[in-house]
Amino acid sequence: MILVRELTKVYGQTLAVDHISFEVPKGQIVGFLGPNGAGKSTTLKILTCYLPPTSGGATVNGFDIFHQSEQVRENLGYLPENVPLYTEMKVTEYLDFRGRLRKMPRIERQRRIDYVLERCWLNPVRHKTIGHLSKGYRQRVGLADALLHNPAVLILDEPTVGLDPAQIRETRKLIKDLAGHHTVVLSTHILPEVEATCDRAIIIAGGKIVAQGSPDELRASRRLTARVLVECRGPRAEVEAALVRVSGVSKVEILDGEAGDSKSLTAALRAKDGYDIREEVARTIIQHGWPLREIRLEHATLEEFFVQVTANQAMARAS
Amino acid sequence: MKRATTIARRELTSYFYSPIAYVAMSVFLLACAFTFWDDFQPGEIAGMRNLFNWMVWLLVSVVPLLSMGLLAQEWASGTIESLMTAPVAETDVVMGKFLGSFVFFLVMLAPTVLYVGILAIYATPRMDFGPIRSGYLGVILVGGLFISIGLFCSSLTRSQIVAAVATAAVLFAITIVPWWASGKLLSQTWVTVLNQTVFKRYTDFSRGIIDSGHLAFFILSTAVFLFLTTKVLESRRWK
Repeated sequence: MILVRELTKVYGQTLAVDHISFEVPKGQIVGFLGPNGAGKSTTLKILTCYLPPTSGGATVNGFDIFHQSEQVRENLGYLPENVPLYTEMKVTEYLDFRGRLRKMPRIERQRRIDYVLERCWLNPVRHKTIGHLSKGYRQRVGLADALLHNPAVLILDEPTVGLDPAQIRETRKLIKDLAGHHTVVLSTHILPEVEATCDRAIIIAGGKIVAQGSPDELRASRRLTARVLVECRGPRAEVEAALVRVSGVSKVEILDGEAGDSKSLTAALRAKDGYDIREEVARTIIQHGWPLREIRLEHATLEEFFVQVTANQAMARAS
Repeated sequence: MKRATTIARRELTSYFYSPIAYVAMSVFLLACAFTFWDDFQPGEIAGMRNLFNWMVWLLVSVVPLLSMGLLAQEWASGTIESLMTAPVAETDVVMGKFLGSFVFFLVMLAPTVLYVGILAIYATPRMDFGPIRSGYLGVILVGGLFISIGLFCSSLTRSQIVAAVATAAVLFAITIVPWWASGKLLSQTWVTVLNQTVFKRYTDFSRGIIDSGHLAFFILSTAVFLFLTTKVLESRRWK
């Protein structure tokens, strides 16, 4: 559905996007993830034909973004970052204008406007002036506009920025519902968003793709195995020595400053593949007579992964 | 073309939501009314030549107010991005903006037709409509050119103030400066140069002369500025 080949964008002296290639199959939701200034928005602007690439190319829905820009734009709904809208217009008036721009026939336009107003929970404000709406409602007006012509591809640049938690949940649900019928590319720098909504994540940093895959694959790819956190009271060196001897433990790390008071300590243990070390660890600590305060399995998060890959990228750039 | 008219309609409607358009319109109509009042005396010629000349002077300050936001506001608010990512061509946007603004200008001009009626009633024995028709044609052509210059200036900046000042400066240079210079003793070269400007060409219209050269000048130069504006819009692709 979306095919990107060696896409590069240079602004003056700055390399914003550096030879990126990826593919989005039909009906998938792909999250474009990266720190601020990583090149997410630039890539999306190129896909929507707003900016041309410096080199490389892409096809959206089988149409080339450079040579068939009009067909690409006909089949695409775009929610730009910061949701620019004509503030003096009323919600329905604006959607009607957008529908006319897309040459939708009157009856269909009316039907689709009613549908998107319903779908984006805009009915209470349909006759209000956009300038008087809250950020959350404006975001939904932008989303309604992107959905208006029932496009095959939806490109959403930070769709949940500035929304309150309830609205974020609703918007994510809406986006999830759209998958299947629409191919969705959304950008975000919020990790849980990708874990909550996307089938696949593409992590971009410094204009390059540093990793891609489903959230599970990404976690697996870097061997971000679960850690067991143990909090107990006891002499540091002895605790460490005892824990290393437990069968199945591959690495022990004493975390400073994590424990509640100076007398207790927290150890982070990594297990060898296939071992559940929790019971053995608990027994060892009790046998030594050290009071055990907490023992807990910590799942690896994408966050850890993200910090790791973007940090690697930053280090590579610096060197 | 349908997309251009859609954009023109939106532009025209948005004028009626903005206080600045009402201010511009009121200033223009009030100033026209005073000029007419002044000229409308027993024994005077039943014509509107003086009023037409004044209208062009007024347009030098009123058109920048109407045109400043046309594209500058789109750049500033970012709406240009949603506009250009719809299946719309640059020419649609430029023609739409121009038409919307031009129609608003015609609406602003329309009430002055009332004066023609008043003159027709009081003129004795009969009134000569020729110079009035050509005068209106002249004002409309000048309005079109001024708006296209304003649209061009508005495409160059994100700031409406900068757009307005730049437009006013250009209009001043092609209209008021030549008028001022026409009273001076100048070399033949300068006279030829100044005769190419809006002021001289426009004055002929208000005197009842429709010169095809003048007609072509206004239409072509309007087209040139619209073309340049299209290029500015496209230029985001060259960066």
